[in-house]
Amino acid sequence: MVGSKVKDSTDGARRDVLVAPPVEVAAAHATDDDFDALESVISVRGLDFFYGKEQALFDNDVDIKRNRVTAIIGPSGCGKSTHIRTYNRIYELYRDHRATGEIVFDGKNILVPGTDVLDLRRRMGMIFQKPSPFPMSVFDNVAYGLRQHYKLSRSELADRVEDALRRSALWDEVKHKLGEPGIALSGGQQQRLCIARCIATEPDVVLMDEPASAIDPVATAKIEELMESLKKNYTIVIVTHNMQQAARVSDYTAFFYEGRIVEFGPTTQIFSNPREKQTEDYITGRFS
Amino acid sequence: MSASPTGSALRTPRPGGDDHGVHGLPPLSAVPARSHARRKAADLAIKIVSWVAASLGIAVMALIVWEVVRRGVGAIDWGFFTELPPAVGEEGGGLGNAILGTLVITAAASLIALPTGFLGGVWLAEFGRNGRIATTVRMVANVNMGIPSIVVGLFVFAVLVKPFAHYSGFAGSVALAFIMLPVMARTTEDMLNLVPNELRESALAMGVPRWRVTLGVVVRAARSGLITGAVLATVRVAGETAPLLFTALSSPYWLEGLFGPEGFFGGPVANLTKTVYDFSGTPYPRMQELAWGGALLIIVAVLGLNVLMRLIFQRGKEW
Amino acid sequence: MSTVELDMQRQTGPRRGAAEAAPRRGHRFGDPVFRVLTLVCGLLVTIAMFTLAGVLIYDSWPAIRELGFSFLTTVSWSPSSGSYGALSALAGTALTTIVAMVIAVPLAFVIALLLTELVPPSVARVIGTAVEMLAAIPSIIFGMWGLYVLVPFMQGTVVPAVTGSWLGDLPLIRPGATFQGGGFSILTAGLVLAVMVLPFITAFTRDVLLMVPRVTKEAGYGMGSTTWEVLRRISLRYALSGVVGAAFIGLGRALGETMAVAYLVGGEFLNVPSSLFDPGTTVASLIALQFGEAMTELDISALIAMGLVLFAITMVFQVLAQMWLKRAQRTAGGRA
Repeated sequence: MVGSKVKDSTDGARRDVLVAPPVEVAAAHATDDDFDALESVISVRGLDFFYGKEQALFDNDVDIKRNRVTAIIGPSGCGKSTHIRTYNRIYELYRDHRATGEIVFDGKNILVPGTDVLDLRRRMGMIFQKPSPFPMSVFDNVAYGLRQHYKLSRSELADRVEDALRRSALWDEVKHKLGEPGIALSGGQQQRLCIARCIATEPDVVLMDEPASAIDPVATAKIEELMESLKKNYTIVIVTHNMQQAARVSDYTAFFYEGRIVEFGPTTQIFSNPREKQTEDYITGRFS
Repeated sequence: MSASPTGSALRTPRPGGDDHGVHGLPPLSAVPARSHARRKAADLAIKIVSWVAASLGIAVMALIVWEVVRRGVGAIDWGFFTELPPAVGEEGGGLGNAILGTLVITAAASLIALPTGFLGGVWLAEFGRNGRIATTVRMVANVNMGIPSIVVGLFVFAVLVKPFAHYSGFAGSVALAFIMLPVMARTTEDMLNLVPNELRESALAMGVPRWRVTLGVVVRAARSGLITGAVLATVRVAGETAPLLFTALSSPYWLEGLFGPEGFFGGPVANLTKTVYDFSGTPYPRMQELAWGGALLIIVAVLGLNVLMRLIFQRGKEW
Repeated sequence: MSTVELDMQRQTGPRRGAAEAAPRRGHRFGDPVFRVLTLVCGLLVTIAMFTLAGVLIYDSWPAIRELGFSFLTTVSWSPSSGSYGALSALAGTALTTIVAMVIAVPLAFVIALLLTELVPPSVARVIGTAVEMLAAIPSIIFGMWGLYVLVPFMQGTVVPAVTGSWLGDLPLIRPGATFQGGGFSILTAGLVLAVMVLPFITAFTRDVLLMVPRVTKEAGYGMGSTTWEVLRRISLRYALSGVVGAAFIGLGRALGETMAVAYLVGGEFLNVPSSLFDPGTTVASLIALQFGEAMTELDISALIAMGLVLFAITMVFQVLAQMWLKRAQRTAGGRA
């Protein structure tokens, strides 16, 4: 069965309170997956996280499955972003941020010293809440990681930039302004530019930290569409405070509350048939 | 760990007939990668260099302070503050007249520049804001701070010394005030800009006139920063030498009265920096010692007040 | 809040006051008077600068009329023999400033990198304070330190070692005709200038680097960049104009620095230095050192003309600095 964190629900009556499934779960979801048979790209075990002395994550266990979208939901301040910021060790930029436990990626615990973080971060791309184009042209933005990690000729580079932009569904919009500053694009385009920049170096995992919270609904829809096509090749983890979004795009959902993973399972089950009272309260909007 | 980017079995390779992307691209794992070891070495090198550079900067400062303390501490006694400089080649004496002169010249400069600079800063922050005049004034003030102090000295010489045919302490004060003015104006503006607008709005909404809001509420809120700015601007000009060379000049006598030949307006006035400059270049050990003593006094005052203001300002940073 | 909103509140203010109680005196006259008073003080800064420029031009006019363009092309400054040339001083100014900038700009840049990226804020504050303290030390102290410590060290140790080695044959290093042991020299003055401008450039550079948005830097690290790569390829693109502005600020200070240079540069007013180890002079130090020698009206006028030249040069660099810094603030948005 699913996830290690899910406890048996003993209270059957509670489910009657659920008036109606609050969100529509898309039919495309891989509901027939055999979770245990799927390959885990990332296995998190006993992850604790500290901001100085203050503990922000408690004993997180979760498995991120290959070519699936895993959503992380929960009220703000519950540790969702903190959680995925441990995967590529970006938290290390800040002095007293500390993670302990195991995050096994490609057979190795990436939290141990001696991990090549440059390679780790190349293999785990990250999309941030606020679109973060670099102060350079559209082309240079997408070429950034390629130039940094690889020796490519000019034409090879151009091909790969075009490839990444096409796969980010941005090519047609920017093909005539590759030389313009990335910052000149619209918010939604900027975010897709960041996705193009990220997938240009062919990461294994794409970590998305509330990628749609700063852009408009139409642009959001484009990004969600994009995720659907990207998961053919990549494993995606998305943090979102928007439950509808999680229900639309994800195959698996982890519900975080106060730094703990309350429930982790197939998205269909989490949204239609939660095992935990807290999960249920959250998705029915009793607290947020 | 792998030293360079590798291909991965964790990603599903895109088939050749991918309908979104560019066709026929070889997998990135087949592309020559840049060495991580090299990139990390460059990173480490630049980090080491920056530590070395910072250490160097601090070491030079420590060296300078140490040298001044070592050579100057012997000169500091009661007589240093109360006596006139010795005659050439003689022992004893002090820099009493120069210390007094510097205090008076600097105080007069503050009296001229601090209120005007403050009010100018108030205008920039509260009224001028982003208007065209304010932008120009701000730009000129910034540029003004970069005018070499010797040029300011020449200017005041031409205006206040040449026409009257004598040097004066007052001319020195005007030169220093010229330097302080833009500093004070810009500091005031910066400090007032830190005060949240809600404070202005809520006071104005109570029907308090604008000038009362500014002086009573906004300025009060920014007062620790303003005091710090005023003190540091004063200290800065107190250590200036070049603007005094052709204005206050120097004098072997005590400052006496206002309009007489030893008076503030009437003649050259002894001051610390010019005296230190003159004495440090002489071959007489006692004068050199006094020069170092003067340098020590200057450095103690400058660094001491800087540290003091920093402590006070840090505490007053609730804003 | 915009000025308009403020003005609106200023207008509604008294009305409300009137409704509540009899208006206090000062409502009607206080505000306009205060506004005009502060405006006058604000304009004073501008007036002061234009007056300065006007006076310098007026007072150097006799020299300009007498000497004309030859003032700038004549090499030596020797009023007793009727030679008023700014060229040796201009060359010395350029050389000392270049030496100072070549040393100080890279140092300042890497120290700013340290302060913004590498050390925790508490350590950055301590180092930053030390660097700012360095900025507060008056130039005369640097001059004395240079005179008593650096000059003997250069003359006794550095210069013989360098000129004695294979380096001694290189241009700019091979001692020229006016060589006097190398203690009092362009290089010594340039070194001390470097120490003096270092804190200014560092502080400005640090401030512009701090303006780079955190999320952009994180995105850089997220792409697998090293600290150096993030700085060089991302932060610097944001901050470049600010860094250039900071360098110009430092440049302006180095150009106009008087006392420290007057102590150390050697006071060679007759020749253009052909080597860094030769003595020379700068515009500012020439004014300081030659003022006491000025005898005639023309002598003084020529010195003021020197001041005018210095003013013009620093003005150019200050304006450039301000423009670049302003651009840096705008670039907070980013550019190609």
